[in-house]
Amino acid sequence: MKHTLSVLLQNKPGALSRVTGLFSGRGFNIESLCVAETLDSKVSCMTLVTRGDDAIVEQITKQLHKLIDVIKVTDITEGEFVEREMVLIRVKAEANTRAEVLRIIDIFRGKVVDVSPTTYTVEITGQETKIKAVIDILRPIGIKEIIRTGTIATARAPKN
Amino acid sequence: MSKITGSQAIIKCLQEEGVDTIFGFPGGAVIDLYDELLDSDIKHVLVRHEQGAVHAADGYARASGKVGVALLTSGPGATNGVTAIATAYMDSIPVVVFTGQVPRALIGNDAFQEVDIVGITRPCTKHNYLVSDPNELVATIREAFYLASSGRPGPVLIDLPKDVVASMMSFPDKKPIKMKTYQPTVDPHPGQVEKACKACLKAKRPMLYIGGGVILSNANKELTELAEKLSIPVTMTLMGLGGFPGTNPLSLGMLGMHGSYASNMAVAKSDLLIAVGARFDDRVTGRLDAFAPHAEIIHIDIDPTSISKNVDVDIPIVADCKHALRAMNSWFDDAKQFDGKAIKEKHKPWLEQVAQWNEKHPLTYHEEGDIIKPQYVIEVLNKLTGGDAIITTEVGQNQMWAAQFYKFNEPRRLLTSGGLGTMGYGLPAAIGAKLAFPDKTVIDVAGDGSIQMNIQELATARQYNAPVKVAILNNGYLGMVRQWQELFYNKRYSATVMEVTPDFVELAKAYGAVGLRATTKDEVEPVIKEALATDNLVIMDFAVSREEGVFPMVPAGKATTEMLLV
Repeated sequence: MKHTLSVLLQNKPGALSRVTGLFSGRGFNIESLCVAETLDSKVSCMTLVTRGDDAIVEQITKQLHKLIDVIKVTDITEGEFVEREMVLIRVKAEANTRAEVLRIIDIFRGKVVDVSPTTYTVEITGQETKIKAVIDILRPIGIKEIIRTGTIATARAPKN
Repeated sequence: MSKITGSQAIIKCLQEEGVDTIFGFPGGAVIDLYDELLDSDIKHVLVRHEQGAVHAADGYARASGKVGVALLTSGPGATNGVTAIATAYMDSIPVVVFTGQVPRALIGNDAFQEVDIVGITRPCTKHNYLVSDPNELVATIREAFYLASSGRPGPVLIDLPKDVVASMMSFPDKKPIKMKTYQPTVDPHPGQVEKACKACLKAKRPMLYIGGGVILSNANKELTELAEKLSIPVTMTLMGLGGFPGTNPLSLGMLGMHGSYASNMAVAKSDLLIAVGARFDDRVTGRLDAFAPHAEIIHIDIDPTSISKNVDVDIPIVADCKHALRAMNSWFDDAKQFDGKAIKEKHKPWLEQVAQWNEKHPLTYHEEGDIIKPQYVIEVLNKLTGGDAIITTEVGQNQMWAAQFYKFNEPRRLLTSGGLGTMGYGLPAAIGAKLAFPDKTVIDVAGDGSIQMNIQELATARQYNAPVKVAILNNGYLGMVRQWQELFYNKRYSATVMEVTPDFVELAKAYGAVGLRATTKDEVEPVIKEALATDNLVIMDFAVSREEGVFPMVPAGKATTEMLLV
């Protein structure tokens, strides 16, 4: 099963490689990894998407906790959460398809961020399922390149 | 505040931590620190290879319970230490390793003797540091000692750029260390303790399975109290030997691949397995689905990652073993429903069953006339030292025979590379232990193969008056691999025949040590007596039966009840 882990860690040189080294060394998989500074510049937040049964994810969580540079690990898939990913897609846009591409992008509330005589580069943000839908629908038109950020996620704030 | 150099700060930190002996090897990157060492009262032991320095620090730590300290230069000095750092890591031994590094401006430039040792040792240290700011040097060293010795102990490495060590800095007063990101759970959860104790009251066939955690947390007394209070038989991992007296009637000796028949049978038939400071290693469990299949499992460990890693645990207790055992003992002392006599009576049939297994297949070997059996050598060592020597081992058959036939009654008497299985560990570790306890007899039980992996440390032992005794069980083979080849590869002895080995008696003389040899059984006792009587470093060369095997043996991947017996 897919799990999205939110990891707070010290913003120190080498901290990221402690995490990635742990995954490669222990044979855990990483589907995507996103990391950047938080409001506190001494702390980074990492969103890490991994796959495994409950026992493996428990082990991953404990092993991450054990790293001295790690402050907090949350498996946010355990509760309600919001996740987003951004993708930049360079898609073929020639005379006969330019209008169609624009329509599709519009439906997905994407933006064109770069234009060439034969391509559009479009920016789409959303959940993994939405990204997949866009890619699937643009693929027959001709996708030249895809760059994805990987998922970032946060638990929903309590409502009361 | 007056400023001091980085070298002076490091020495002050060591003194603050109560370090009296360090093991190392100098080089360009640490020459300033070595210069400062000359003026300090810290004893520096110059090893002959950096692996030896870290193993010696590790042996010093295991024997004394204090943090062992090694000092290596940059580049090859640091990389030579890696095997020994990994050895300490796998066995959770508190060691602080200082490595020199090129000046900060040169880092990343492929400078002379530069290596990214922090990167290299990341997966085999508890934590490591590159000190890039002189103002953080002192705090880093204090934190390193704290990390190495608290929680689940382990090696910590500090990489010291040469210019940082040469910088001027202030030396702030020491305050208690508090780390936001590191707070090991020392005290057990009372609810879990109660659950565990109630499970003990219910059990008919309980077993204690104890590991190195009992020794690391100095919990042997609490463990013995619990075992005796409830009449529970005790089996030990290799790392746990000495955590419970080997001659206690409740002791079944070691379990696992080369464990006793009674241990493995008892674990398999038990209805409650109480694991204390052990980690269900594959050499202990054999085939996982056949390990303790009928047992409810209690697991006490300070490291949450050890719990339910290999075997699902029913009652986890995350705590320091000593604290958890103490809590269990006092729960029984306070509990109204606890009746020690009744419990002992209830466990009687179980203890009788265990005793029967012991009688049926005790640890034993076949005598063969005049030929020296390696097991016999260990038995004589045990007899002549009263079971009270510090025994270090190399790795392989020598290690298993020492574990099986020497009766460890006290903790910190067996120093052996359990997790990593590092050949070449025994001699430098023996030197470390001897320097920690100059009045104790320290014996390295070795094979003719593994002793050669760090034999250069004989010179260190001579130079620093560490007269350890090396007992080589010489069979002319890399015996453990040969045994596997005999059993599982049709006796195809690929690369396990040591066609050339040095004359160890002459070699001893070359190092200014005493060399003794026994080639027949009746020579064994006089040789060991002479070795123990001399003040000097001794090598004993025992020409043992060449194709002796270690038994019982559970073939890798089999259930632990599927033992090959003598």
